[in-house]
Formats: sequence, structure tokens, C-alpha cells
Amino acid sequence: MLKYLAARLLTFVPTFIGVTLISFAFIRLLPGDPIIVMAGERGMTEERYAELSAQLGFDRPIYVQFWEYLTGVLQGDLGQSFVTRRPVWDEFFSLFPATLELSIFAMIFALALGLPAGVIAAVNRGKFFDRALMSTALVGYSMPIFWWALLLIIIFSGQLGWTPVSGRIDLIYYFSNPTGFMVIDAIKSGQEGALASALRHLVLPAIVLGTIPLAVIARQTRSAMLEVLGEDYIRTARAKGLPPLRINGIHALRNALIPVITVIGLSVGTLLAGAILTETIFSWPGIGKWMVDSIFRRDYPVVQGGLLLIAVMVMLVNLTVDLLYGVINPKIRKR
Amino acid sequence: MSLLSVRNLSVSFATSAGVFKAVDSVDIKVDKGEILSIVGESGSGKSVSMLAVMGLLPWTATVTADEMIFDGHDLSMLSARQRRHIVGKDLAMIFQEPMSSLNPCFTVGWQIKEALRLHLGLDRRARHARAVELFELVGIPAPEKRLSAFPHQLSGGMNQRVMIAMAISCNPKLLIADEPTTALDVTIQAQILDLLTGLREETGMGLVLITHDMGVVAETAERVSVQYAGQKIEEQPVASLFRAPHHPYTAALLDALPERATDKRLPTIPGVVPGQFDRPAGCLFSPRCKYADDKCRAKPPPPLGGDLGYARCFYPLNTDERAAS
Ligand SMILES: Nc1ncnc2c1ncn2[C@@H]1O[C@H](COP(=O)(O)OP(=O)(O)OP(=O)(O)O)[C@@H](O)[C@H]1O
Ligand code: SF4
Ligand SMILES: [Mg+2]
Repeated sequence: MLKYLAARLLTFVPTFIGVTLISFAFIRLLPGDPIIVMAGERGMTEERYAELSAQLGFDRPIYVQFWEYLTGVLQGDLGQSFVTRRPVWDEFFSLFPATLELSIFAMIFALALGLPAGVIAAVNRGKFFDRALMSTALVGYSMPIFWWALLLIIIFSGQLGWTPVSGRIDLIYYFSNPTGFMVIDAIKSGQEGALASALRHLVLPAIVLGTIPLAVIARQTRSAMLEVLGEDYIRTARAKGLPPLRINGIHALRNALIPVITVIGLSVGTLLAGAILTETIFSWPGIGKWMVDSIFRRDYPVVQGGLLLIAVMVMLVNLTVDLLYGVINPKIRKR
Repeated sequence: MSLLSVRNLSVSFATSAGVFKAVDSVDIKVDKGEILSIVGESGSGKSVSMLAVMGLLPWTATVTADEMIFDGHDLSMLSARQRRHIVGKDLAMIFQEPMSSLNPCFTVGWQIKEALRLHLGLDRRARHARAVELFELVGIPAPEKRLSAFPHQLSGGMNQRVMIAMAISCNPKLLIADEPTTALDVTIQAQILDLLTGLREETGMGLVLITHDMGVVAETAERVSVQYAGQKIEEQPVASLFRAPHHPYTAALLDALPERATDKRLPTIPGVVPGQFDRPAGCLFSPRCKYADDKCRAKPPPPLGGDLGYARCFYPLNTDERAAS
């Protein structure tokens, strides 16, 4: 087990260097000069430009810049934002809880609906519910996030006025010593209405972000269930006289979860990609919005550092899923 | 009154190539404490007929029967819920493939205790005690330890013992064993059969033993039903079946028996069991039967009387023997 873990961590090294290089190159390949962007409408003199360029290290050859960046990264220094002058590391961790909270709720939404839907569809294969569900899943999967978000905003915020359009909580609430997880902070503070407000802000973005994972999970659960339901041990379960709910929900689902877990792990990358758009639409102050804003500002350190951290995050999640796979599949655990 | 009484059971499958009749008007009777053996080549509908009794066939199957009575209950009239109180408790079944018949995600202990809670309502401690007792009964060494094993950690023979323990956990009145030893080593086969017959002695349950193996039939069965291409073509008590088979198919099976010593499977008879597309119009055995004539090929023979083993044949064998005795 430890050996396996070490081997897996070792494979991170080339990926890590690759991601460092790509994120470094990506932002520099975009047209636009960060200094000009910073100067904005005012413009600037040649001397001032040269001074700033030297200060930010742009006057040196590109490979020297990369080398310095890489050595910095290896020492845990991601540099600081051109704009706010705060370390990229600090900014990331102050914003990350917002993204994590959104992602967790999106995943809960996707699982809570996707697993039962997949199970029910498989059990009623070919019948109306199954067909309806699978067509809906296909629509959900191919729906542009942006359009879907707008539709929900129009209905629930515009027409019905149930949910706010942006932010994480109403401005009247203030928390000292926040954890960054609005729901936890709201509960901890005990302020009346704080939790409700946080949840109301959370619901639409979570639905929007969770829609594609929901469709994927429902489809994957259904196909895994269909396979499992034909297995001999399901016949054994029926021969024992167990009620259908127990056969489908425990005997079959437990086995079907094995491939589904993998899909969930793989969709974490998709989830983070979706978070970028979702956060932008809902002005959700998380990593996604931060990335987009920084790209527009050509804030090199933030973009390259942020991308790197996101990539590491995805790698860690995939590793966790691998380990979880062993826990959930006894055949792998005890080999 | 017999424990299980099935009359005129037929099962058809809806396949992409049309309807396929896997079981064709079969009668099955088992008395309390009796061992009935069902023999026949692969594809003769042995498993399907028993799965139909258990209600375990997939939805593509259509089951019809004039009568399907188990222990006084008309199985075809029961609701799904009522049926679940009988199936798994009084009527149990073990399958051909022990390795794939247990759920890989749960320990064998969990799987056996589940049935004990459902049907007997035992509490945690009683379940554990009973599970240990059952494992001892079926000859699983170190039962306490084995309870927490996953199926893939046990051998095929051990898994089949677990299956048997699970099937008998609620003291069934009838146990259907569908080729319980086919997937196992020869030495283990004998042990499992001894176990099953021993359990029959101890508990007085009825036993339906589906098998390929005429040797097993000779050693264990009391009555034998021979199936061919979905039909029961003969049924006799074991001694008279071996001495005086009436159907040419049974006779051919027995004739080829000495060769069996090498591979223990059903002896080979030239030709194959007719499938979905090559069912003959007349007697189903006529393409392979050495006595076949035009009458046999023209129309199917109806079953004869009980004194001729209900043989489906126009020209039954060993009729003089019956006259002599
Ligand atoms: N679910 C199904 N759909 C279609 N046909 C089926 C299905 N199950 C069984 N059959 C067919 O029914 C026939 C009888 O099958 P069955 O399993 O009862 O044979 P068997 O006598 O038990 O053979 P074996 O000794 O190989 O176990 C076979 O031709 C088989 O292909
Ligand atoms: S009816 Fe004819 S073909 Fe069929 S088994 Fe009897 S003799 Fe053979
Ligand atoms: Mg079979």
C-alpha cells in the first residue's frame, strides 16, 4: 500500500513539471502586455515602462524567467500578484473554500439525484421512466452551462424572486474568524437567517455546476446497474427472498458504485472547469472567478500559479479516488 | 400430498429471433424428504424449469403451468411479497457457479446473516451463533474467522459450502441444487454430495439434484427425471431406470456409461440437442434415435403411462421386462 502510494506520488513529478511549463507558457502566449493592461487608459512613458519591465523581470530571457519561476515553485513560492501585491498562495487559499463549498454542494446535488435516478432507470429498463430520464440526461449533458444558468436565473431569481443572483450571502451578515465556508460560518455565528441566506445563494450555482456531473452519474449508474443486475449474485439475492429495494439499493448498487466512483473522480476536473464559468456568471468569489479576472488583467503569477494549484488539486483528488476504489472494491484491497 | 407438484410447466423466452420454448410441458413431483434427480444434456431446460419454480427467471421469460403447488401454496397465485416469505425460507436453491453466486462486495458472514435476520428475525448475537453453527454443519473450518472473509478469498469448494449453508440457514423444506459440483474438483464434488445427502438425512428436507453426471444419479437419487430439449422424456425410480430404461435416449445415456469413468460427464451420443431453429416436427429425439422411423418423424409422441416411466416414445424399450416382473 505504501509502496503503491509512493509510486503514484512519483508519477506526479513529470506531470507537475509539465503543468508548470504549460501554465507558464499559456498566459504568455495570450496577446496583451500586463504592463500596458495595468497602465490602463492613462498610458505610460517609455522610461516608466522600462522601469516596470525590469522590476517584474520581463527584461531577462524567457528561459531565465521560467527557471526562476520553477525554482521558486519548488521552494513553495508562487510569487505575488501584479495587481494586489499579495502572494498567490495566500489569495488561492482565501478563495479556495468558496470554490470547494460550491463544488461540494454541486456534487451532493448530482449524487443525491443521479444515483437513485440511475438505479430506478436500470431497474425499469426500457420503460417510460428510463427513456425519459436518459433523454433528459442527454439534454443535461449537452446543455451550455451559460444558457442553463441564465434560464434558472430568469425563472427563480427574476420571475419567482426566490434566489439572489450573485454573491455568497446577504451583506448584512458579518463573520469574525471565518473558515471561508459560508454554510459553516453561518451555523457557527448563530445569527438568525444567516444559514438560510447562505443556502439561498448557494442553490442555483450548485445546480448549474452539478448538472453535467448529474447527467454523467445518472448514465453511468444506470449502465453499471444494468451490468450488475445480470450477475449471478443478484439471482442469489432474489433466491434469498430479499425485497427489491434491498436487492437493488444494496446488493446491486454497492457493486455498481465501483465504476461510478471512477467517473466521479474523473468529473472533478470537469467540475473545476465548470466552476470557472459558474462563478463568473454568479459573481461567486472563488478560484474560477479569480482565474478569469486574472487572465483579463494578464496577472501572470496568479494565472500560472492558480493553474498549477488547480492541477495539483485534480491530481490529488484522482489519487484519493484511486485509494477509495480499493476501499470500495474488496477484490483490489486484499490482493 | 407431495411437497412440490408442478403440472404442465412451460417456459418461453422472447429472443431477438422470436419465441424460444426452453421448457415444454414438464411435470415435476417431489415428496417430503425425497431426492429427485433431473438429468439431461446441456440446454435441456433443467435449470430453467427449476428457476421457474423459484420465480427467478428474467423478465424475457413467460412461464405457464396448470399447477405449481409447493407445501400447500399455489406459487402462481401468490403476490411477490407472499412469495418472498416462502422463497429463501422453505424453498431454497444453490447454483452451478459458487464463485459468481456470492456478492463480491460483502463478507460471507454478512451474506448469511442477512437471510437469518430477514426470515427468522434473529437478533445480532443469535445470528452470529447460528451462522457459526451453520458453517460448522457444512464443514467450513475455523468458522469464526471465515465469517469475515470475502468470497474471492475462499476456494470454490468453500464458496459452495457457504452457498449451501446460506440455502439451509432457514431450514428449507425443499432444496434445489443446480449442478452444485460441476465447477469443483473431483474430490470436493464427493464431499459436497455427501454433505447434501447427509443434510437430507438430518433435516428431512426434500432435495432436487440437477446433474450431468449419471454416476451421481446412481449414488444419490431415489427418483430420476430425464429431460431432453425442454421435455421430460422419462421418469423412474433410480433402480428400475438403470435396469430397464424405456426411452431410447435414456438407454443411450446408460449404454455409453462405461466410458464415463474418464471424464464423469454425460456420455456422448452422436448429434446435438435441437435448439431454437432445428426443432424436428415429430419426436424431438428422432434425428439422433437409432429406432426412428417415419411415424417418429411425422408427429411427436405423447407421454406413456406411469408403468412405462411416462416415456415420450412410440416404441418404448424393455416392455417385456415389465411383463415379466
Ligand atoms: N434468459 C434466457 N434467454 C433465452 N434463452 C435462455 C435463457 N436462459 C436459458 N435459455 C435457453 O434455455 C435452454 C435451456 O437452458 P437451461 O439453462 O435450462 O439448460 P440446462 O439443462 O440447465 O443446461 P446446463 O446443463 O448447461 O446447465 C437453453 O437452450 C438456453 O439457451
Ligand atoms: S419416438 Fe421414435 S424417434 Fe422418438 S425416441 Fe421413440 S423411437 Fe426414437
Ligand atoms: Mg443449468
